[in-house]
Amino acid sequence: MNGGKQTIVFDKKAVIMSGYGIAGPKEKEGNLADFFDYIIEDDTFGEKSYERAECKMHLRAIESAIERAKLREEQIDVLLCGDLLNQIISSSFTARELDIPFLGLYNACSTFGEALALGAISISGGFMTKVSCSTSSHFSTAERQYRYPLELGTQMTPTAQWTVTGSGCSILSDTGEGPKISSVTIGKVIDYGEIDANNMGAAMAPAAASTIIAHLRDLGRMPDYYDMILTGDLGIFGSELVNKLTASEGIFIADRHEDCGKMIFKTEQTVRMGGSGAGCSSLVFNTYVLQKLRSGEIKKLLFVPTGALLSRESSLQGESIPSIAHAISIEV
Amino acid sequence: MLNKKEYEDLVKETVPKSREIKTLIWAFIVGGIICVIGQVVSDIIKLIFNGIDELSVANVTSAVMIFFGVVLTGFGVYDKIGAHAGGGSIVPITGFANSVVSPAMEYNRDGVVFGIMSKMFVIAGPIIVSGVVASIGVGIVYWVVSLF
Repeated sequence: MNGGKQTIVFDKKAVIMSGYGIAGPKEKEGNLADFFDYIIEDDTFGEKSYERAECKMHLRAIESAIERAKLREEQIDVLLCGDLLNQIISSSFTARELDIPFLGLYNACSTFGEALALGAISISGGFMTKVSCSTSSHFSTAERQYRYPLELGTQMTPTAQWTVTGSGCSILSDTGEGPKISSVTIGKVIDYGEIDANNMGAAMAPAAASTIIAHLRDLGRMPDYYDMILTGDLGIFGSELVNKLTASEGIFIADRHEDCGKMIFKTEQTVRMGGSGAGCSSLVFNTYVLQKLRSGEIKKLLFVPTGALLSRESSLQGESIPSIAHAISIEV
Repeated sequence: MLNKKEYEDLVKETVPKSREIKTLIWAFIVGGIICVIGQVVSDIIKLIFNGIDELSVANVTSAVMIFFGVVLTGFGVYDKIGAHAGGGSIVPITGFANSVVSPAMEYNRDGVVFGIMSKMFVIAGPIIVSGVVASIGVGIVYWVVSLF
């Protein structure tokens, strides 16, 4: 790649024209409620199933982000969408409602990073001019697929995380004003042998550390180049681990590291290690982070969404959890 | 970066642990309350049906407790109790009722046959299998012992 082993540096930079984020009722009780563009008070969003509610959220996020960018549907070249459900049905069912070419993506909770990376590459290469990047997740659809029925009286383990109900969408453009994507580092799949599906922070921390280290080494940067290094959904424990892992390589990020999963909920909300899900990083990025970038409070951001690439079957069969993280460097 | 072994040790050392004392106390209190309610139900049944035999009292009590478990699950209360009580609300028969009704509710939208009927026992199934296998095992032991 032109910026080192894993990194692409853009001459022509994609601009993040607009962002839009929708959150659910539990997220409303959390730390970032003031920043969300829209909050659904009832997590069925008036639909007959949670899956349909997730699609409706996802659709609303895309349509509103397009509107906010002062664009029309037909001006968007492609939808880059992903979610957590089997066969990424939330994304494809959302795209069914739109008259826009569609590429469905899956990198678990790091899908939003994958979407931004591919969007920035497409625009920088001159192949496209306007790209929509979005992901969604819903607590109740994810819970049913990965864990237990909602009404079952089980206890969360101490390292578990709570899937965020939410969706976020960014519109990337070849022209215009806004924060720009200056480089991306494509992550490798890393597996450090964690087998506990309720400890995804520990599973994903090595992937996040590997990508952060690769990004900084490829570009010859120190962590202090960035005002913030924002991981996706490592949670409280995973965040401690990523700091220790990078420190073992002499790279100290603790003073500027934040994590979307850690930020989104309050500790008293009984979410254990924090939030997770494909919608977690896209929601936080398109609301809180984008507003901070616009206001200039953050000028240089390394955004590193993280994903645990497991399925229910792989866990039952005793497989460890492969993980991935992509790094997106965003500068104002 | 740390190697896999070093990382495994780091995770093992620093991983947040269950607050055992707190969860044990919760389980003890909630499990105890459920059992006290069961005892009260059983005493009331004895009062109502004068002269009823012990086995019937136990059966009717179980049925009433299952009913309570089902109703509390249906109203979305049992999962909130379970979030604090853990084993305290899973082990009693009300927990068994919860484990059957909650998947039935969850998969309701997937249709009656392949949703409710086939998914109803996804959680309770293993309990039933263990119960049947264990009773066969005990039966064999009982038979062998009775030969001598």
